[in-house]
Amino acid sequence: MKKYIASRVGYMLFTFLIIATFTFFLMQTLPGSPFNDERLSSTQKEVLNERYGLNEPLSVQYFKYLGNITKGDFGVSFQFDGRSVSSIIGERIGVSAILGAQSLIAGMIIGLFLGIIAALRHNTFIDYGAMVVAVLGLSIPNFVLAGLLQYWVGVRLGWLPVAFWEGFEYSILPTIALAAFVVATMARFMRTEMLDVLGNEYITTARAKGIKEYTVILKHGLRNAMIPIITILGPLTVSLMTGTLVVEKIFSVPGLGEQFVKSILTNDYPVIMGVTLFYSLLFIIVILIVDLLYGVVDPRIRLSGGGRREGK
Amino acid sequence: MERILSVDDLHISFDTYDGEVRAVRGVTFDLYKGETLAIVGESGSGKSVMSKSIMGLIPKPSGRVVKGTIKYQNRDITKISNKELRELRGSEISIIFQDPMTSLNPTMTINNQIMEGILVHQKITKKEAEKKVVSLLELVGITNAADRVKQYPHQFSGGMQQRVVIAMALACNPAILIADEPTTALDVTVQAQVLELLKDIQKKMDTSIIFITHDLGVVANIADRVAVMYAGKVVEIGKTDEVFYNPQHPYTKGLLAAMPDLTIDQEELKTIPGSPPNLLYPPPGDAFSLRNEHALKIDFLHDPPMFKVTETHSAATWLLHEKASKVTKEIEGKQRVKIATSDQIAKKEIGKEKLLEVKELKQHFKGGKNSVIKAVDGVSFDIYEGETFGLVGESGCGKSTTGRTLVRLYDATSGEVYFKGVDIHKKNVLNLNKDIQMIFQDPYSSLNPRWTVADIIAEGMDIHGLYTSKANRMEKVYELLKTVGLAEEHANRYPHEFSGGQRQRIGIARALAVDPKFIIADEPISALDVSIQAQITNLLKKLQKEKNLTYLFIAHDLSMVKYISDRVGVMYQGKLVEVADSDELYDNPLHPYTKSLLSAIPVPDPEVEKKRIRIPKGEWAIESEDCKLREITDGHWVACTEDELDSYRSKSEDTALLV
Amino acid sequence: MKVNEFELTDDLFEESGKEFEEKKIMNRPSSTFLKDSWIRLRKNKGAFTGLILIVLIMFLAAFGPYMNSHGFDEQDLTRTNLPPKVPVLENLPLLGLSGVDIRGTDQYAAKEVTEYYWFGTDDLGRDLWTRIWQGTRISLYIAFLAATLDLVIGVAYGSISAYYGGRIDNVMQRIIEVLMGIPNLIVVILLILILKPGILSITLAMVITGWVSMARIVRGQVLKLKGQEFVLASRTLGAKDKNLIWGHLIPNSLGPIIITTMFTIPSAIFTEAFLSFIGLGLQPPIASLGMIVNDGFKMLKIYPHMLMFSSVIISLIMISFNLLGDGLRDSFDPKMKK
Repeated sequence: MKKYIASRVGYMLFTFLIIATFTFFLMQTLPGSPFNDERLSSTQKEVLNERYGLNEPLSVQYFKYLGNITKGDFGVSFQFDGRSVSSIIGERIGVSAILGAQSLIAGMIIGLFLGIIAALRHNTFIDYGAMVVAVLGLSIPNFVLAGLLQYWVGVRLGWLPVAFWEGFEYSILPTIALAAFVVATMARFMRTEMLDVLGNEYITTARAKGIKEYTVILKHGLRNAMIPIITILGPLTVSLMTGTLVVEKIFSVPGLGEQFVKSILTNDYPVIMGVTLFYSLLFIIVILIVDLLYGVVDPRIRLSGGGRREGK
Repeated sequence: MERILSVDDLHISFDTYDGEVRAVRGVTFDLYKGETLAIVGESGSGKSVMSKSIMGLIPKPSGRVVKGTIKYQNRDITKISNKELRELRGSEISIIFQDPMTSLNPTMTINNQIMEGILVHQKITKKEAEKKVVSLLELVGITNAADRVKQYPHQFSGGMQQRVVIAMALACNPAILIADEPTTALDVTVQAQVLELLKDIQKKMDTSIIFITHDLGVVANIADRVAVMYAGKVVEIGKTDEVFYNPQHPYTKGLLAAMPDLTIDQEELKTIPGSPPNLLYPPPGDAFSLRNEHALKIDFLHDPPMFKVTETHSAATWLLHEKASKVTKEIEGKQRVKIATSDQIAKKEIGKEKLLEVKELKQHFKGGKNSVIKAVDGVSFDIYEGETFGLVGESGCGKSTTGRTLVRLYDATSGEVYFKGVDIHKKNVLNLNKDIQMIFQDPYSSLNPRWTVADIIAEGMDIHGLYTSKANRMEKVYELLKTVGLAEEHANRYPHEFSGGQRQRIGIARALAVDPKFIIADEPISALDVSIQAQITNLLKKLQKEKNLTYLFIAHDLSMVKYISDRVGVMYQGKLVEVADSDELYDNPLHPYTKSLLSAIPVPDPEVEKKRIRIPKGEWAIESEDCKLREITDGHWVACTEDELDSYRSKSEDTALLV
Repeated sequence: MKVNEFELTDDLFEESGKEFEEKKIMNRPSSTFLKDSWIRLRKNKGAFTGLILIVLIMFLAAFGPYMNSHGFDEQDLTRTNLPPKVPVLENLPLLGLSGVDIRGTDQYAAKEVTEYYWFGTDDLGRDLWTRIWQGTRISLYIAFLAATLDLVIGVAYGSISAYYGGRIDNVMQRIIEVLMGIPNLIVVILLILILKPGILSITLAMVITGWVSMARIVRGQVLKLKGQEFVLASRTLGAKDKNLIWGHLIPNSLGPIIITTMFTIPSAIFTEAFLSFIGLGLQPPIASLGMIVNDGFKMLKIYPHMLMFSSVIISLIMISFNLLGDGLRDSFDPKMKK
């Protein structure tokens, strides 16, 4: 098990190194990158010189850059004169985290519930209904959904605020727009897994023991069906990250995503790169957690010490 | 005897994509206290569905009981509420399924899985239940039970898993135990142990067992009574001796005749033509009539009722109707004539020319974490032209790997293989792929589902350019189809339209297409039903004679191997432990492993089975450096050390003197 | 079914003498795998609806822009922000296709426009019908191009990795593992920053990580097939690698490959629209569906029609492909049904 964890952490670091290297060389080559932009003020240039040692050879710069990253230093923004990228991320991430967590939790609970009842009522109207919801949730792009919600619920009906972030009611519409995809993915995945597990012989064996149907479903069915659910946490994280960019922009939520889009529109490269690295790190950590969690939850892996990356 | 369960005119149907499948079509039988009733039938006969319905376990909503009753303690199981059903399940009636690996929940400890049932049905504390689990595991022969309860299913071997499943089924001391092919997924020696365990438990607990199987040997071993099912119906039921020694229904007769008899030599197996009907469209009358060469006119019109033969024995065939007495005699007469003529086929000649020489063949695979799996570990044998060399052993002994390595599906780790004196494991040996061919086990995966039968058969000819024109290619395909007993019309069909036996014939035709000298048959019949096995075996024998083929016949079914092979090699853990003429090997096994293996094969003869004594696996010096094949008597080789050699020789002489 | 004794005449108790005929067992007409799948697909209402919608949308994307006389970048400030107006349907008040905006003014009358704009016009007076179908065309083009490239790279990579196995597979799998660890959105954004937005650069950016899922699926499938006995049989017959891959492995992987492609297309359409939305989309005057949606947001509160039509169409495309993908999955793998 220890070996397994070590190898997974190794992978994670390697992947991150690759991304960091990629961003470093991007910074070097991009027209108007932080190192050669005319817009830079002399003070900024001085700061950059100090930080990156622009006069030194590329390899030295590269290692300096990596060293800075490990210290959590992602550079300085163009837009906000001299402010460090990490402080911008720190200031913005809270709102995005709340929005993301809210959507993830709400979405997972609803999706799980839909998926389970769809599987239990397989080939009935409940099943079809749940799957229609799932197909719609997967298909309708989040910006379209956000737009519709903003227009109908916010503007036409006036039930909820359409922009900004000044309390819980401000978070409802963005959360719905983000959670739709989570609900849909979860419902579909859960349904397939549950149907798959319920078709197993050990479910029949459990029934043959005379235990109650809901015990069969909860203890034998759900537990085994839940294990692979862990694997979709990765894709869900990505969808939430992408989602926050769009949804925060539409609802003018002052989160990291909104900042990111703004930075793209203003060519604020240090922020773009910094946030990119930050997102990558976040994703890599999620993948790592998924891998480790899988080992813990499934005795077949826990006790034989192997890993499970293939498959789902 | 006290009647404990009675099933009356049970009909069960499944709604599928294609329509209603009538899986069970009027089954009636009684089960008595303390007896073992075996239900025999081929795949699709409805035996499994019927047994599941006794516990109300038919998958809903696609499956449903159309009509009929299952009475247990004056209650009809098909009609009682779910709550009542739950109370019966596990406490009064239990079930064991075929594959122990899938019938155990992989993420739950053994302890919790067994305890679950106990806690539902018995008012005892968790502590007491835990104790009970341990004692149950001890009862089914699991050592260190107290420690092993905390383990998960994957930490047990297949045989041990099945013991756990049995312990689980016995947890509440049920009155009826349904065993649905409980030994099919197990090796013969493990099967023998599990059968013994079941008999033992029955004695101790006075449980009634419904034992579902397709293996007539197992039936002879374990059953008090037998019910034979065909196309969703019980066609014959009676005491085991009655059904085995005085079968009435043509299907029962055919089934029994299709099994090779280990005790006598036969030139040709009796076969049942065709394959069972599709229950989407059940045929009118006696469903077997389509495959019965002596079918009566009435068989095609009316469903035969059950006729009593004795108080305990009855069969559903019009042959037992009083008006049929005359025709019965005629048919018997014809059959007798047939047997008499079929005996006169001459024994085939075996050349003295070595076709294949295998020397110290080794095939090691990389396992996980730097370990090496020695699948084949130094195997040497010769195969003479025109003979059939059988290779037997339990799963994982390396017999299939040996076969596959010979045709270079795997590159051998070391060793030499000479085919007609040429080392074929050196690179670039031309025509190897024409001279040596292979027939595979699984008729469902051995044919490319996207190709037509003609393309499948012609694949080898395409690769080697063995035809002159398109028309010539088709001609050859038609001829091959005919050779293996199929028709020209089959050429443009796709594999999924064929039954298992027909697919196997196509596989044989594909191998024959390149005109090989030597064919490796890797478990060619083990995936087929008994009646089909005989067809394929006969076909292989016929082809050998016609085309002067040499076979390496790999199988785990020792009775078929004995029947088809001239010489047999027994493999154990990657090594050959004994090689001898097949009769010699079966009559006079020397190696302890062979002895234990042979003693574990159930024979379809109740008298023999009653007297069976199973010999447990003995000990021998397999790991020893000096252990290699040594000739004991002429042509009889045993793996042993120098020290053991003398004792084998003396033993062999003793038995020789006795004979 | 009870039989009356008197019906059992003596002559019935004679041997029928019927010979067993194997042919009788084949009572189904011959059918291929694809034919079977097609039949099952047609029975699946959702998937069939999806298929019809896709055909319809593709037809409109191809010919829609030529159905009226307006060009897709024809600006005219005298006819800006017109709501939709359709002949005949304008008489049905609830449909909102009468040229009256949400405040109740008939914009056509107010701006003295006599022509009909079926989807209305945008803030520069461009005809939305033409623009939307033009945009759909470009979005579909990008999606199909990306899906095709994914398919080619993924199938090649996956099948090579699985077929040759051993060390080659090991190295190729490690590469995939690293790629999987990088969120594709990040790569796409970074690449477009360097390459500058354009049809080709957007497609390439999507493909650079997009092929991975196809490769994994093909690899899994080929690995499974490689051990199948028909492949072994082919090898014992002396088949070359080329025969094995093209004759056995790829044809039997077609199902999963088609299904994966069906899901790649909508996700490419989404990604393209998403990029437009965060400001990394195509540059005007070319317009993709995503950019039209994005433009629609600017006027959402006063002229919702601009957003409505484009977002409905993009959603429809996504729904249709997802439905079709699901249906194909069921029809290729009948076990999943019931």
